[in-house]
Amino acid sequence: MVCDVCKTNQATVFLTQIIEGKMQKVNLCESCSKEKGVTDPLSFALVDLLPGLGAAQEVEKGDPAQRCPACGFTQTDFKKTGRLGCAVCYETFAEGLEGLLKAMHRRTAHSGKIPARLKRSIELGARMNQLKRDLDKAVSEENYETAAQLRDQLRELEQTK
Amino acid sequence: MKISSLFSSVGEWARNDGPHHQIVISSRVRLARNLRNHPFPGWAKKNDRLQILELIKPQVEALQEMDDALSSYLQELSALEKQALVERHLISREHAAKGIGSAVVVNKAQTMSIMINEEDHLRMQVLLPGLQLHNAFKTLDKVDTSLENKLDYAFHPRLGYLTACPTNVGTGMRASAMIHLPGLVLSDQINQIIQAVNKIGLAVRGLYGEGTEAMGNLFQISNQITLGEAEEEIISQLNKVIEKIIEHEENARQVLLQKKPGTLLDNIGRGFGILSHAYAMTSKEALNLLSFLKLGVDLGFFPPERQAEIDNLFVITQPAHLQSNAAQPKLTPEERDALRAQIIREKLKTFPNPNTSKVVLPQPPTEESHHE
Repeated sequence: MVCDVCKTNQATVFLTQIIEGKMQKVNLCESCSKEKGVTDPLSFALVDLLPGLGAAQEVEKGDPAQRCPACGFTQTDFKKTGRLGCAVCYETFAEGLEGLLKAMHRRTAHSGKIPARLKRSIELGARMNQLKRDLDKAVSEENYETAAQLRDQLRELEQTK
Repeated sequence: MKISSLFSSVGEWARNDGPHHQIVISSRVRLARNLRNHPFPGWAKKNDRLQILELIKPQVEALQEMDDALSSYLQELSALEKQALVERHLISREHAAKGIGSAVVVNKAQTMSIMINEEDHLRMQVLLPGLQLHNAFKTLDKVDTSLENKLDYAFHPRLGYLTACPTNVGTGMRASAMIHLPGLVLSDQINQIIQAVNKIGLAVRGLYGEGTEAMGNLFQISNQITLGEAEEEIISQLNKVIEKIIEHEENARQVLLQKKPGTLLDNIGRGFGILSHAYAMTSKEALNLLSFLKLGVDLGFFPPERQAEIDNLFVITQPAHLQSNAAQPKLTPEERDALRAQIIREKLKTFPNPNTSKVVLPQPPTEESHHE
């Protein structure tokens, strides 16, 4: 059996880990296992290896030759390393990443800390989106009085932007 | 601060105090951050990395928390120094492999370290003794907030903080605790616990080979999910789980004391015997035996003031720490094992024999009962 990481040497270390009931297996050669810290289990988890191996295949949607306009990174590079090239890659490969993120985190929207300088505009954006949805709903239900109120609120927010 | 003065004292996290310190060795929280408009370190060209480094390093050094810190470019550190920093959990294994274009800043108490151009532009961590995840997070969050005013972080309105690896995106936070679970290992309950913990989306590290037994009965539990849950929620959940595990470990120890005192004492006694008399010892064997000695102190078989010596042995018997205390450069593995055994023997010379007076051992069958 060949090592999953370097794909050249004979694998001598076989790892199995059960994550959410799914069995994950990784086979490594002596030197890759050392490099990945497998010999020191205190700082090792199979989950760290997976994105670089099997999991990366889930991003195969879309054109494999597609390049990130900001940094020149391709899907092939991602498959090789399990790491992205730059912040813009998240937009470039958004379609393929969506499924991967869902598999990793179950959810796909951040709900934690926001840098203070962005906080206002992000929260404003979120509120406006909500108002727009409510407005559409009110219009489709022919609830014009509510719709007019919502429209005014939106205008007000638009101005504080 | 120079690196030599850093190594002359153990970090505050290894002092072994803090809440639940008998079972929880340390708590750690780390945040991953990147700069907007710069490629991630793994994809950046050398010049990009150098430029990023010079943007970040002065801001990190200027932090109030980093007063009199160790600040070093990776190429300024010897292989041995890097390895010793890894053994102290101050830098990652991956970071130790870096050279020009990366740096590390460690505060004086060795509770905070910031790696620049590891997998992400910034990897910041706070490491505290005992179970103190909330404190660790609060301290780190403050540092993060001061840095976000100076550095232009890559942040996506929906995905949160963007990281090189999608497993970290969102909060960029990994919180973990190193816990010592000899009771659960000895009573064969550890696999059950690990499976239960895995099921709720937390990772247990410390797996060795195909089994689940970790070296030194030490396990690291951490969150895996970084997207969709707020930092405080993640920490609270992890904290709750760890408190439960502590409870299970304490129960397992009590049950062992009552039901299997022989097995328990045998492990502790053998650990003490081998450690006191061995002439060659690998780091794995040392960790495993020291674990039982630590358990022996926790259970009152050794005086409590011996705890610090044992905890110190956990660190100084690691390969790079051994090498840096050795008279000759470049020990062979055999020489290291011999030196390790020697250091442990000397430390344990003044150690009293385990005091087992409080334990009631089942009486071995006497001649009479045989005849019955």
